[in-house]
Amino acid sequence: MTPHRLRAALRGVPDPRWLDAALRRVATDPAAIARLFATAARKCGRGPLPDPPGWTVDEAARALLLTALPAGHAAAAESLYRYGDAAEKRAVLRALPLLPIGAECVPLLHDAIRTDDTRLVAAALGRYARHLEQPAWRQAVLKCVFTGVPLAVVDDLAGRADGELAAMLAGLAAERHAAGRSMPADAADLLDRLGAGSPSTTIPEA
Amino acid sequence: MRIFDPHIHMTSRTTDDYERMAAAGVRAVVEPAFWQGQPRTSVDTFVDYFDSLIGWEPFRAGQFGVRHHATVALNPKEANDPRCRPVLDLLPRYLDKDGVVAVGEIGYDSMTPAEDAAFAGQLALAVAHDLPALVHTPHRDKARGVERTLAVVAESGIDPGRVLVDHLNEVTVRLVRDTGCWLGFSIYPETKMSPPRMVELLRTYGTERILVNSAADWGRSDPLLTRATGEAMLLAGFTEDDVDRVLWRNPVEFYGQSGRLDLADLDGLRG
Repeated sequence: MTPHRLRAALRGVPDPRWLDAALRRVATDPAAIARLFATAARKCGRGPLPDPPGWTVDEAARALLLTALPAGHAAAAESLYRYGDAAEKRAVLRALPLLPIGAECVPLLHDAIRTDDTRLVAAALGRYARHLEQPAWRQAVLKCVFTGVPLAVVDDLAGRADGELAAMLAGLAAERHAAGRSMPADAADLLDRLGAGSPSTTIPEA
Repeated sequence: MRIFDPHIHMTSRTTDDYERMAAAGVRAVVEPAFWQGQPRTSVDTFVDYFDSLIGWEPFRAGQFGVRHHATVALNPKEANDPRCRPVLDLLPRYLDKDGVVAVGEIGYDSMTPAEDAAFAGQLALAVAHDLPALVHTPHRDKARGVERTLAVVAESGIDPGRVLVDHLNEVTVRLVRDTGCWLGFSIYPETKMSPPRMVELLRTYGTERILVNSAADWGRSDPLLTRATGEAMLLAGFTEDDVDRVLWRNPVEFYGQSGRLDLADLDGLRG
Protein backbone atom coordinates (compact mmCIF):
# COMPACT_ATOMS: atom_id res chain seq x y z
CA MET A 1 0.00 0.00 0.00
CA THR A 2 1.23 3.49 -0.83
CA PRO A 3 -0.06 6.99 -0.05
CA HIS A 4 -0.26 7.56 -3.80
CA ARG A 5 -2.66 4.65 -4.22
CA LEU A 6 -4.85 5.84 -1.31
CA ARG A 7 -4.90 9.35 -2.76
CA ALA A 8 -6.04 8.01 -6.11
CA ALA A 9 -8.72 5.92 -4.42
CA LEU A 10 -10.12 9.03 -2.70
CA ARG A 11 -10.61 11.09 -5.88
CA GLY A 12 -14.34 10.39 -5.70
CA VAL A 13 -15.08 11.59 -2.14
CA PRO A 14 -18.07 13.94 -1.88
CA ASP A 15 -15.93 16.95 -0.99
CA PRO A 16 -12.44 16.44 -2.47
CA ARG A 17 -11.50 20.06 -1.79
CA TRP A 18 -11.83 19.49 1.95
CA LEU A 19 -9.32 16.64 1.78
CA ASP A 20 -6.92 18.61 -0.45
CA ALA A 21 -7.04 21.56 1.94
CA ALA A 22 -6.65 19.31 5.00
CA LEU A 23 -3.57 17.61 3.53
CA ARG A 24 -1.96 20.96 2.68
CA ARG A 25 -2.79 22.30 6.13
CA VAL A 26 -1.23 19.33 7.93
CA ALA A 27 1.96 19.73 5.89
CA THR A 28 2.45 23.29 7.11
CA ASP A 29 0.62 23.24 10.48
CA PRO A 30 1.13 19.77 12.00
CA ALA A 31 -0.86 20.57 15.16
CA ALA A 32 -3.99 20.95 13.02
CA ILE A 33 -4.10 17.19 12.49
CA ALA A 34 -5.93 16.50 15.78
CA ARG A 35 -9.19 18.17 14.70
CA LEU A 36 -8.86 17.25 11.02
CA PHE A 37 -8.31 13.60 11.93
CA ALA A 38 -11.44 13.58 14.14
CA THR A 39 -13.67 15.20 11.50
CA ALA A 40 -12.35 13.29 8.46
CA ALA A 41 -15.09 10.63 8.45
CA ARG A 42 -17.87 13.22 8.53
CA LYS A 43 -16.25 15.08 5.63
CA CYS A 44 -15.14 12.15 3.47
CA GLY A 45 -17.48 9.24 4.31
CA ARG A 46 -17.16 5.83 5.90
CA GLY A 47 -18.01 3.33 3.18
CA PRO A 48 -15.71 0.64 1.80
CA LEU A 49 -13.36 1.59 -1.05
CA PRO A 50 -13.54 -0.64 -4.13
CA ASP A 51 -9.77 -0.36 -4.33
CA PRO A 52 -7.63 -0.93 -2.37
CA PRO A 53 -9.79 -3.77 -1.00
CA GLY A 54 -10.22 -3.91 2.76
CA TRP A 55 -9.93 -0.14 3.21
CA THR A 56 -12.74 2.26 4.06
CA VAL A 57 -12.87 5.90 2.97
CA ASP A 58 -12.31 7.26 6.49
CA GLU A 59 -9.34 4.96 7.13
CA ALA A 60 -7.70 5.98 3.86
CA ALA A 61 -8.32 9.70 4.45
CA ARG A 62 -6.94 9.54 7.98
CA ALA A 63 -3.92 7.49 6.93
CA LEU A 64 -3.17 10.09 4.25
CA LEU A 65 -3.36 12.89 6.80
CA LEU A 66 -0.71 11.12 8.87
CA THR A 67 1.54 10.62 5.85
CA ALA A 68 1.19 14.32 5.02
CA LEU A 69 2.94 15.39 8.23
CA PRO A 70 6.38 16.91 7.60
CA ALA A 71 7.96 15.19 10.64
CA GLY A 72 7.13 13.67 14.02
CA HIS A 73 5.05 10.84 12.61
CA ALA A 74 5.53 8.46 15.52
CA ALA A 75 4.56 11.03 18.17
CA ALA A 76 1.53 12.10 16.15
CA ALA A 77 0.41 8.51 15.62
CA GLU A 78 0.74 7.85 19.33
CA SER A 79 -1.26 10.93 20.29
CA LEU A 80 -4.00 10.40 17.71
CA TYR A 81 -4.32 6.78 18.82
CA ARG A 82 -4.37 7.70 22.50
CA TYR A 83 -7.15 10.25 22.09
CA GLY A 84 -8.95 8.61 19.18
CA ASP A 85 -12.31 6.91 19.07
CA ALA A 86 -12.33 3.31 17.84
CA ALA A 87 -12.40 4.30 14.15
CA GLU A 88 -9.52 6.76 14.59
CA LYS A 89 -7.48 4.15 16.46
CA ARG A 90 -8.08 1.70 13.66
CA ALA A 91 -6.99 4.25 11.05
CA VAL A 92 -3.76 4.94 12.95
CA LEU A 93 -2.98 1.21 13.07
CA ARG A 94 -3.58 0.86 9.35
CA ALA A 95 -1.40 3.88 8.61
CA LEU A 96 1.64 2.64 10.56
CA PRO A 97 3.25 0.68 7.68
CA LEU A 98 3.04 3.81 5.49
CA LEU A 99 4.93 6.07 7.90
CA PRO A 100 8.69 6.75 8.05
CA ILE A 101 9.03 5.22 11.50
CA GLY A 102 10.89 2.24 12.88
CA ALA A 103 9.52 0.05 15.62
CA GLU A 104 8.61 3.05 17.79
CA CYS A 105 4.87 2.48 17.56
CA VAL A 106 4.85 -1.17 18.57
CA PRO A 107 3.27 -0.21 21.93
CA LEU A 108 0.16 0.81 19.96
CA LEU A 109 -0.07 -2.75 18.59
CA HIS A 110 0.16 -4.12 22.13
CA ASP A 111 -2.66 -1.83 23.23
CA ALA A 112 -4.86 -2.81 20.28
CA ILE A 113 -4.25 -6.53 20.72
CA ARG A 114 -5.09 -6.25 24.43
CA THR A 115 -8.58 -4.93 23.62
CA ASP A 116 -11.57 -7.11 22.88
CA ASP A 117 -12.57 -4.87 19.99
CA THR A 118 -12.07 -7.21 17.04
CA ARG A 119 -11.71 -4.29 14.60
CA LEU A 120 -8.61 -3.11 16.49
CA VAL A 121 -7.12 -6.57 16.89
CA ALA A 122 -7.50 -7.12 13.14
CA ALA A 123 -5.95 -3.75 12.26
CA ALA A 124 -2.95 -4.47 14.50
CA LEU A 125 -1.96 -7.51 12.44
CA GLY A 126 -1.15 -5.75 9.17
CA ARG A 127 2.32 -5.22 7.75
CA TYR A 128 3.57 -3.15 10.69
CA ALA A 129 3.20 -6.26 12.87
CA ARG A 130 6.51 -7.42 11.41
CA HIS A 131 7.97 -5.35 14.27
CA LEU A 132 5.94 -7.34 16.80
CA GLU A 133 7.91 -9.92 18.72
CA GLN A 134 6.96 -13.50 17.91
CA PRO A 135 5.31 -14.49 21.25
CA ALA A 136 2.98 -11.46 21.10
CA TRP A 137 2.29 -12.11 17.42
CA ARG A 138 1.31 -15.73 18.12
CA GLN A 139 -1.00 -14.66 20.95
CA ALA A 140 -2.63 -12.16 18.61
CA VAL A 141 -3.18 -14.76 15.88
CA LEU A 142 -4.70 -17.09 18.45
CA LYS A 143 -6.94 -14.26 19.65
CA CYS A 144 -8.17 -13.84 16.07
CA VAL A 145 -9.17 -17.50 15.99
CA PHE A 146 -10.72 -17.20 19.44
CA THR A 147 -12.84 -14.16 18.56
CA GLY A 148 -13.75 -15.06 14.97
CA VAL A 149 -11.48 -12.58 13.15
CA PRO A 150 -10.67 -14.06 9.71
CA LEU A 151 -7.00 -15.01 9.47
CA ALA A 152 -6.84 -13.31 6.06
CA VAL A 153 -6.18 -10.05 7.98
CA VAL A 154 -2.85 -11.39 9.29
CA ASP A 155 0.08 -10.15 7.21
CA ASP A 156 2.64 -12.81 6.24
CA LEU A 157 0.77 -15.55 8.09
CA ALA A 158 2.25 -18.33 5.97
CA GLY A 159 5.81 -17.06 6.37
CA ARG A 160 5.61 -16.47 10.08
CA ALA A 161 3.45 -19.27 11.48
CA ASP A 162 5.71 -21.68 13.35
CA GLY A 163 5.61 -24.85 15.37
CA GLU A 164 4.79 -23.02 18.57
CA LEU A 165 1.74 -21.42 16.94
CA ALA A 166 0.75 -24.87 15.70
CA ALA A 167 0.97 -26.22 19.24
CA MET A 168 -1.19 -23.36 20.54
CA LEU A 169 -3.76 -23.86 17.78
CA ALA A 170 -3.81 -27.59 18.44
CA GLY A 171 -4.46 -26.88 22.12
CA LEU A 172 -7.39 -24.67 21.24
CA ALA A 173 -8.69 -27.28 18.79
CA ALA A 174 -8.52 -29.92 21.53
CA GLU A 175 -10.49 -27.71 23.95
CA ARG A 176 -13.05 -26.90 21.29
CA HIS A 177 -13.37 -30.57 20.38
CA ALA A 178 -13.85 -31.54 24.04
CA ALA A 179 -16.55 -28.90 24.37
CA GLY A 180 -18.34 -30.11 21.25
CA ARG A 181 -17.45 -26.92 19.36
CA SER A 182 -15.62 -26.50 16.10
CA MET A 183 -12.64 -24.46 14.91
CA PRO A 184 -13.09 -21.81 12.20
CA ALA A 185 -12.29 -23.30 8.80
CA ASP A 186 -9.31 -20.99 8.16
CA ALA A 187 -7.72 -21.96 11.49
CA ALA A 188 -8.30 -25.67 10.88
CA ASP A 189 -6.66 -25.31 7.45
CA LEU A 190 -3.69 -23.48 8.95
CA LEU A 191 -3.29 -26.19 11.58
CA ASP A 192 -3.35 -28.86 8.89
CA ARG A 193 -0.67 -27.07 6.91
CA LEU A 194 1.53 -26.49 9.95
CA GLY A 195 1.07 -30.02 11.20
CA ALA A 196 2.12 -31.41 7.84
CA GLY A 197 5.01 -29.04 7.44
CA SER A 198 6.67 -29.09 10.86
CA PRO A 199 7.39 -32.53 12.26
CA SER A 200 8.81 -31.05 15.49
CA THR A 201 5.37 -29.80 16.48
CA THR A 202 3.66 -31.74 19.21
CA ILE A 203 -0.04 -31.84 18.61
CA PRO A 204 -2.07 -33.32 21.47
CA GLU A 205 -4.51 -36.08 20.73
CA ALA A 206 -7.94 -34.56 20.14
CA MET B 1 -42.13 -0.64 17.01
CA ARG B 2 -38.73 1.00 16.39
CA ILE B 3 -37.28 2.66 19.46
CA PHE B 4 -34.51 5.22 19.96
CA ASP B 5 -33.67 5.56 23.67
CA PRO B 6 -32.30 9.11 23.87
CA HIS B 7 -30.88 8.71 27.39
CA ILE B 8 -29.55 5.45 28.78
CA HIS B 9 -26.31 4.60 30.64
CA MET B 10 -25.38 1.35 28.92
CA THR B 11 -21.96 1.22 30.60
CA SER B 12 -23.88 0.18 33.72
CA ARG B 13 -26.00 -2.45 31.97
CA THR B 14 -25.40 -6.06 31.01
CA THR B 15 -25.45 -7.90 27.70
CA ASP B 16 -28.79 -9.40 28.82
CA ASP B 17 -30.17 -5.87 28.66
CA TYR B 18 -28.80 -5.34 25.15
CA GLU B 19 -30.43 -8.61 24.05
CA ARG B 20 -33.79 -7.73 25.59
CA MET B 21 -33.65 -4.18 24.24
CA ALA B 22 -32.88 -5.36 20.71
CA ALA B 23 -35.74 -7.89 20.92
CA ALA B 24 -38.08 -5.11 22.11
CA GLY B 25 -37.24 -2.91 19.12
CA VAL B 26 -34.52 -0.64 20.51
CA ARG B 27 -32.29 0.10 17.50
CA ALA B 28 -30.39 3.16 18.70
CA VAL B 29 -29.36 4.74 21.99
CA VAL B 30 -27.63 7.86 23.24
CA GLU B 31 -25.50 7.42 26.36
CA PRO B 32 -24.88 10.68 28.20
CA ALA B 33 -21.75 11.04 30.30
CA PHE B 34 -22.83 11.28 33.91
CA TRP B 35 -22.18 10.54 37.56
CA GLN B 36 -21.22 6.92 38.11
CA GLY B 37 -22.44 6.45 41.65
CA GLN B 38 -18.93 6.38 43.14
CA PRO B 39 -17.31 9.84 43.21
CA ARG B 40 -14.30 10.17 40.92
CA THR B 41 -11.18 11.75 42.32
CA SER B 42 -9.09 12.57 39.26
CA VAL B 43 -9.36 13.79 35.70
CA ASP B 44 -7.81 10.59 34.36
CA THR B 45 -10.80 8.47 35.29
CA PHE B 46 -12.98 10.79 33.19
CA VAL B 47 -10.62 10.30 30.25
CA ASP B 48 -11.04 6.54 30.48
CA TYR B 49 -14.80 6.93 30.87
CA PHE B 50 -15.11 9.21 27.83
CA ASP B 51 -12.86 6.88 25.81
CA SER B 52 -15.16 4.03 26.69
CA LEU B 53 -18.18 6.02 25.50
CA ILE B 54 -16.61 6.48 22.06
CA GLY B 55 -14.76 3.16 21.92
CA TRP B 56 -15.75 0.01 23.72
CA GLU B 57 -19.43 0.73 24.43
CA PRO B 58 -20.39 1.40 20.78
CA PHE B 59 -18.62 -1.86 19.87
CA ARG B 60 -20.51 -3.73 22.58
CA ALA B 61 -23.83 -2.24 21.42
CA GLY B 62 -23.03 -3.09 17.82
CA GLN B 63 -22.78 -6.78 18.66
CA PHE B 64 -26.51 -6.67 19.38
CA GLY B 65 -27.50 -4.56 16.38
CA VAL B 66 -27.92 -1.43 18.52
CA ARG B 67 -26.37 1.84 17.29
CA HIS B 68 -24.68 3.75 20.11
CA HIS B 69 -23.93 7.47 20.31
CA ALA B 70 -22.85 9.53 23.31
CA THR B 71 -22.99 12.96 24.86
CA VAL B 72 -19.94 14.21 26.75
CA ALA B 73 -19.68 16.73 29.62
CA LEU B 74 -18.65 17.32 33.19
CA ASN B 75 -21.81 16.45 35.12
CA PRO B 76 -23.32 18.89 37.64
CA LYS B 77 -22.55 16.85 40.77
CA GLU B 78 -18.84 16.53 40.00
CA ALA B 79 -18.59 20.10 38.76
CA ASN B 80 -18.51 20.87 42.49
CA ASP B 81 -15.30 18.90 43.04
CA PRO B 82 -12.15 20.94 42.34
CA ARG B 83 -10.32 17.70 41.53
CA CYS B 84 -12.71 17.09 38.62
CA ARG B 85 -13.16 20.59 37.22
CA PRO B 86 -10.12 20.41 34.87
CA VAL B 87 -12.24 17.92 32.89
CA LEU B 88 -13.75 21.06 31.30
CA ASP B 89 -10.42 21.69 29.54
CA LEU B 90 -10.45 18.20 27.99
CA LEU B 91 -13.93 18.42 26.54
CA PRO B 92 -13.15 20.19 23.23
CA ARG B 93 -11.17 17.18 22.04
CA TYR B 94 -14.11 14.85 22.69
CA LEU B 95 -16.69 17.24 21.25
CA ASP B 96 -15.05 16.76 17.82
CA LYS B 97 -15.71 13.02 17.78
CA ASP B 98 -18.11 11.39 15.33
CA GLY B 99 -20.03 9.51 18.02
CA VAL B 100 -20.63 12.57 20.20
CA VAL B 101 -24.03 14.06 19.31
CA ALA B 102 -24.50 16.61 22.11
CA VAL B 103 -22.93 18.23 25.15
CA GLY B 104 -24.40 16.59 28.26
CA GLU B 105 -25.50 15.92 30.85
CA ILE B 106 -25.08 19.48 32.03
CA GLY B 107 -27.31 21.52 34.35
CA TYR B 108 -27.93 21.61 38.06
CA ASP B 109 -27.73 19.25 40.98
CA SER B 110 -27.54 21.48 44.08
CA MET B 111 -27.53 24.86 42.27
CA THR B 112 -24.13 26.01 43.52
CA PRO B 113 -21.93 28.75 42.03
CA ALA B 114 -19.58 26.02 40.73
CA GLU B 115 -22.53 24.42 38.92
CA ASP B 116 -23.49 27.83 37.49
CA ALA B 117 -20.03 28.23 36.01
CA ALA B 118 -19.79 24.69 34.60
CA PHE B 119 -23.30 24.88 33.12
CA ALA B 120 -22.81 28.24 31.39
CA GLY B 121 -19.32 27.28 30.20
CA GLN B 122 -20.55 24.03 28.68
CA LEU B 123 -23.50 25.69 26.95
CA ALA B 124 -20.91 27.96 25.34
CA LEU B 125 -18.95 24.87 24.28
CA ALA B 126 -22.11 23.46 22.68
CA VAL B 127 -22.52 26.66 20.66
CA ALA B 128 -18.83 26.69 19.69
CA HIS B 129 -18.93 23.05 18.52
CA ASP B 130 -22.32 23.41 16.83
CA LEU B 131 -23.81 20.71 19.05
CA PRO B 132 -27.15 20.38 20.87
CA ALA B 133 -27.20 20.26 24.67
CA LEU B 134 -28.75 17.67 26.99
CA VAL B 135 -29.74 19.34 30.25
CA HIS B 136 -30.33 17.37 33.44
CA THR B 137 -32.78 18.93 35.91
CA PRO B 138 -32.26 18.52 39.66
CA HIS B 139 -34.20 16.00 41.70
CA ARG B 140 -34.36 18.28 44.76
CA ASP B 141 -35.94 21.73 44.64
CA LYS B 142 -36.87 20.75 41.10
CA ALA B 143 -39.30 23.49 40.04
CA ARG B 144 -36.96 26.28 41.04
CA GLY B 145 -34.09 24.33 39.52
CA VAL B 146 -35.92 24.19 36.20
CA GLU B 147 -36.64 27.93 36.31
CA ARG B 148 -33.00 28.68 36.94
CA THR B 149 -31.99 26.21 34.20
CA LEU B 150 -34.18 27.99 31.67
CA ALA B 151 -32.75 31.38 32.66
CA VAL B 152 -29.19 30.14 32.08
CA VAL B 153 -30.19 28.59 28.73
CA ALA B 154 -31.81 31.86 27.63
CA GLU B 155 -28.77 33.88 28.69
CA SER B 156 -26.35 31.57 26.85
CA GLY B 157 -27.71 32.48 23.45
CA ILE B 158 -28.05 28.82 22.35
CA ASP B 159 -31.06 28.15 20.11
CA PRO B 160 -33.68 26.64 22.48
CA GLY B 161 -34.54 24.17 19.70
CA ARG B 162 -31.10 22.65 20.31
CA VAL B 163 -31.71 22.12 24.03
CA LEU B 164 -33.32 19.06 25.60
CA VAL B 165 -34.48 19.64 29.18
CA ASP B 166 -34.70 16.22 30.80
CA HIS B 167 -36.36 14.42 33.74
CA LEU B 168 -39.51 16.57 33.60
CA ASN B 169 -42.77 15.78 35.38
CA GLU B 170 -46.34 17.11 35.63
CA VAL B 171 -45.19 20.22 37.50
CA THR B 172 -42.07 21.16 35.58
CA VAL B 173 -43.41 20.42 32.09
CA ARG B 174 -45.51 23.57 32.34
CA LEU B 175 -42.39 25.68 32.81
CA VAL B 176 -40.60 24.32 29.74
CA ARG B 177 -43.24 23.71 27.12
CA ASP B 178 -43.43 27.28 25.77
CA THR B 179 -39.69 27.95 25.74
CA GLY B 180 -38.93 26.20 22.45
CA CYS B 181 -36.74 23.63 24.25
CA TRP B 182 -37.36 19.90 23.79
CA LEU B 183 -39.04 18.07 26.67
CA GLY B 184 -37.49 14.88 28.06
CA PHE B 185 -39.21 12.38 30.35
CA SER B 186 -37.43 9.54 32.13
CA ILE B 187 -39.70 6.55 32.71
CA TYR B 188 -38.72 4.77 35.90
CA PRO B 189 -40.11 1.79 37.84
CA GLU B 190 -41.02 3.93 40.87
CA THR B 191 -39.65 7.47 40.77
CA LYS B 192 -39.48 10.16 38.07
CA MET B 193 -42.26 9.19 35.58
CA SER B 194 -44.41 6.10 34.84
CA PRO B 195 -45.93 4.90 31.52
CA PRO B 196 -49.56 5.71 32.52
CA ARG B 197 -48.60 9.20 33.74
CA MET B 198 -46.59 9.72 30.53
CA VAL B 199 -49.65 8.84 28.45
CA GLU B 200 -51.65 11.47 30.32
CA LEU B 201 -48.95 14.07 29.65
CA LEU B 202 -48.96 13.19 25.94
CA ARG B 203 -52.76 13.58 25.90
CA THR B 204 -52.41 17.03 27.42
CA TYR B 205 -49.38 18.37 25.57
CA GLY B 206 -49.31 16.37 22.32
CA THR B 207 -46.31 14.58 20.81
CA GLU B 208 -44.34 17.54 19.45
CA ARG B 209 -40.80 18.04 20.83
CA ILE B 210 -41.36 15.31 23.45
CA LEU B 211 -38.76 12.60 24.09
CA VAL B 212 -39.21 9.53 26.27
CA ASN B 213 -36.21 7.73 27.73
CA SER B 214 -35.47 4.99 30.25
CA ALA B 215 -32.46 6.77 31.80
CA ALA B 216 -31.53 3.26 32.91
CA ASP B 217 -28.28 3.19 34.88
CA TRP B 218 -26.75 1.51 37.90
CA GLY B 219 -29.83 2.20 40.07
CA ARG B 220 -33.21 0.51 39.99
CA SER B 221 -34.32 1.21 36.45
CA ASP B 222 -35.62 -0.65 33.40
CA PRO B 223 -34.38 -0.26 29.81
CA LEU B 224 -37.66 -1.67 28.47
CA LEU B 225 -39.87 1.11 29.86
CA THR B 226 -39.59 2.97 26.55
CA ARG B 227 -41.36 0.03 24.91
CA ALA B 228 -43.87 -0.16 27.79
CA THR B 229 -44.69 3.51 27.23
CA GLY B 230 -45.25 2.88 23.51
CA GLU B 231 -47.61 0.03 24.33
CA ALA B 232 -49.47 2.15 26.90
CA MET B 233 -49.88 4.84 24.22
CA LEU B 234 -51.42 2.33 21.78
CA LEU B 235 -53.80 1.01 24.45
CA ALA B 236 -54.86 4.58 25.19
CA GLY B 237 -55.78 5.16 21.56
CA PHE B 238 -52.66 6.82 20.16
CA THR B 239 -51.78 5.69 16.63
CA GLU B 240 -48.68 3.77 15.63
CA ASP B 241 -47.53 6.94 13.90
CA ASP B 242 -47.82 8.85 17.21
CA VAL B 243 -45.72 6.19 18.94
CA ASP B 244 -43.15 6.29 16.14
CA ARG B 245 -42.91 10.03 16.44
CA VAL B 246 -42.25 9.98 20.18
CA LEU B 247 -40.02 6.90 20.31
CA TRP B 248 -38.11 7.34 17.05
CA ARG B 249 -38.57 10.46 14.93
CA ASN B 250 -38.35 13.00 17.75
CA PRO B 251 -35.01 11.79 19.13
CA VAL B 252 -33.67 11.41 15.58
CA GLU B 253 -34.68 15.00 14.85
CA PHE B 254 -33.22 16.36 18.07
CA TYR B 255 -29.83 14.63 17.96
CA GLY B 256 -29.77 14.83 14.17
CA GLN B 257 -29.10 18.55 14.65
CA SER B 258 -25.51 17.54 15.48
CA GLY B 259 -25.02 16.40 11.87
CA ARG B 260 -23.32 13.32 13.32
CA LEU B 261 -26.16 10.87 13.92
CA ASP B 262 -25.27 7.80 11.87
CA LEU B 263 -28.20 5.41 11.49
CA ALA B 264 -27.07 3.89 8.18
CA ASP B 265 -27.38 0.13 7.68
CA LEU B 266 -29.53 -0.50 10.75
CA ASP B 267 -31.97 -3.40 10.48
CA GLY B 268 -35.68 -3.16 11.19
CA LEU B 269 -36.03 0.58 10.75
CA ARG B 270 -39.45 0.32 9.18
CA GLY B 271 -40.91 -0.22 12.66
